[in-house]
Amino acid sequence: MDSFLALMSGFAAALTPAKLMYASMGVLLGTAVGVLPGIGPAVTVALLLPVTFKLDPSGSLIMFAGIYYGAMYGGSTTAILINTPGESASMATSLEGSLMAKSGRAGPALATSAIGSFVAGTIATAGIAFLAPWMVKLAVMFGPEDYFALMVLAFITVSATFGDSPLRGLISLFLGLALGLVGIDKLTGQSRLTFGLPELLDGVEVTTLAVGLFAIGEALHVASQKRDEGSLLTLTGSLWMTKEDWKRSWMPWIRGTLFGFPIGALPAGGAEIPTFLSYSTEKRLSKHPEEWGTTGAIEGVAGPEAANNASVAGTLVPLLSLGLPTSATAAILLAGFQQFGLNPGPLLFAENAGLVWTLIASLFIANVMLVILNLPLVGLWVQLLKIPTPWLYAGILMFAAMGSIATKGSVAELLMLMVFGFLGFMMRRHDYPVAPMVVGLILGPMAESQLRRALQISIGDPMVLVQSPIAVTILAIAAVALIAPFVTNTKKFAQDED
Amino acid sequence: MSNHGTAAARDRASVIVGVLLLLLAAILWYDAVNLGRTVAYGIGPDMMPKVIGVGLSVLGILSIISGLRNPARETEPADWRAVVIILGGFLALTVMIGLNVGFIPAMTVLFAVTSFAFGRRALLADVAIGFVLATLTYLLFSKLLALSLPRGPLEQIFG
Repeated sequence: MDSFLALMSGFAAALTPAKLMYASMGVLLGTAVGVLPGIGPAVTVALLLPVTFKLDPSGSLIMFAGIYYGAMYGGSTTAILINTPGESASMATSLEGSLMAKSGRAGPALATSAIGSFVAGTIATAGIAFLAPWMVKLAVMFGPEDYFALMVLAFITVSATFGDSPLRGLISLFLGLALGLVGIDKLTGQSRLTFGLPELLDGVEVTTLAVGLFAIGEALHVASQKRDEGSLLTLTGSLWMTKEDWKRSWMPWIRGTLFGFPIGALPAGGAEIPTFLSYSTEKRLSKHPEEWGTTGAIEGVAGPEAANNASVAGTLVPLLSLGLPTSATAAILLAGFQQFGLNPGPLLFAENAGLVWTLIASLFIANVMLVILNLPLVGLWVQLLKIPTPWLYAGILMFAAMGSIATKGSVAELLMLMVFGFLGFMMRRHDYPVAPMVVGLILGPMAESQLRRALQISIGDPMVLVQSPIAVTILAIAAVALIAPFVTNTKKFAQDED
Repeated sequence: MSNHGTAAARDRASVIVGVLLLLLAAILWYDAVNLGRTVAYGIGPDMMPKVIGVGLSVLGILSIISGLRNPARETEPADWRAVVIILGGFLALTVMIGLNVGFIPAMTVLFAVTSFAFGRRALLADVAIGFVLATLTYLLFSKLLALSLPRGPLEQIFG
């Protein structure tokens, strides 16, 4: 009941005309950037983060929520209309979605994805509202060694589930961990890996790394290929779903949500597994097997889209209650919170409860806003996809540079952005996943301070790491997650995670 | 089962990556041992770089082994000229920001050079489009959202 009252006061804070305007601006900007091919939600949020800097904390959180949902929706639009999923979580959507678009049913495909995202987002946000406080109660029992174990688990699952080999994922992760060392050590004030350069004392910004690796890396990749990135399918036929479409969509929405939210809420979740689980379940249950892989089945869009949205909302549970990001998008969100001076984790609920509930209320509002704004505006977003490639990527580069200039404005920062862009291009060219690097950069320093705190309490005795039953259990799961891919050699769904 | 190819057919990229990782590990280790020791107990700031350094070395060795044992992976042919031009445009932007030429001219150059790299040849038109876009972006973000963007002579006009 406490949660309910707190949520209501969150709504009261978020439902003012100015806040609603921020939410709609966020949704529009998020969709506009998210719809660009090759730009997934993580980069969209990273690119648009500076936009929210000068607002007050609750205003920026609300705009942030809008950007986040807008980016997700924009990504699905691209997946359906040009069959280039911006991230691996929309791969399942693009399978049936692009087939539907090819057979003249792009409208219903986009509609079922929007409404499915809305249904899933609403249920999952309610899930956050009730699960997060409970997780916080659990989290306060965690000692530093348990946090350290959780972070090790997150490292392993992030690098083992992305990309086609755990070795490549781990290499990417360790590059991120190494970057995380740069700067002043928080506990002793000594500077590490700065090579005497004052610009490096503050460390490497997560947004700089993400924008460089994803956005600039993508632009360089497309420029180096000079081939047509799939053709845009025109919107023909009705935009609306028929009664039959509704009947075939609602169960997949619910089932997708039920796959997505719990898996996303685990500290080792991710969105790829639930979307493909939903895809294969709907395929098995479908009464229209003849449409799958031919004209496109609406269940194959409705289910994975709902699963995707629900799992992304699910990742907010470990993020808000434990301060643990389990995906690249969550890592960027965490960086965003830190820029507002907020540190997600159990303390956030105690110290800044008002803001947390405003954020959760904003997620509900942004979700409603998304359906209201985007169903009628779908034609406009499609126009954005018609921008010629040179201008599109020139614009993306402008935006990437602008974000960095607005944040720091230093030459060193721009040079780093350029180096990360080239690195992202080379990693992509040679099949190294880049998301583990982003997660490593943000989680590495957190894991280090938990580890050192644990060892300080135990006066240097490393056995403390395996004495807590919670830590031992989590580390055991991490060991299994690390070894399993080498043993079973299962092919991963995800080939490309940006 | 064994796939020992000729030297050229092996996965050279993984070997190079492995060597670079070993190099990075050496840098981390060197930096860590040159930190002064200030902590009486617990672990100091040199611990984590060493752990990560060891991890990077292990991954580097594994990468070299896998490169020597496996055939080369297919990489798509790349148009390196376009990549170099885009990076050059970005460098130009960086230099212009560093020299306080201002946000709008720097962005205009970035836009025009990137369009050129993607195969556009109407340079004047692209400069004009870039200029309009940069000006609109500047006005939107510096006036409406109160972000501080670098101001050169041109930006002073807008007050």
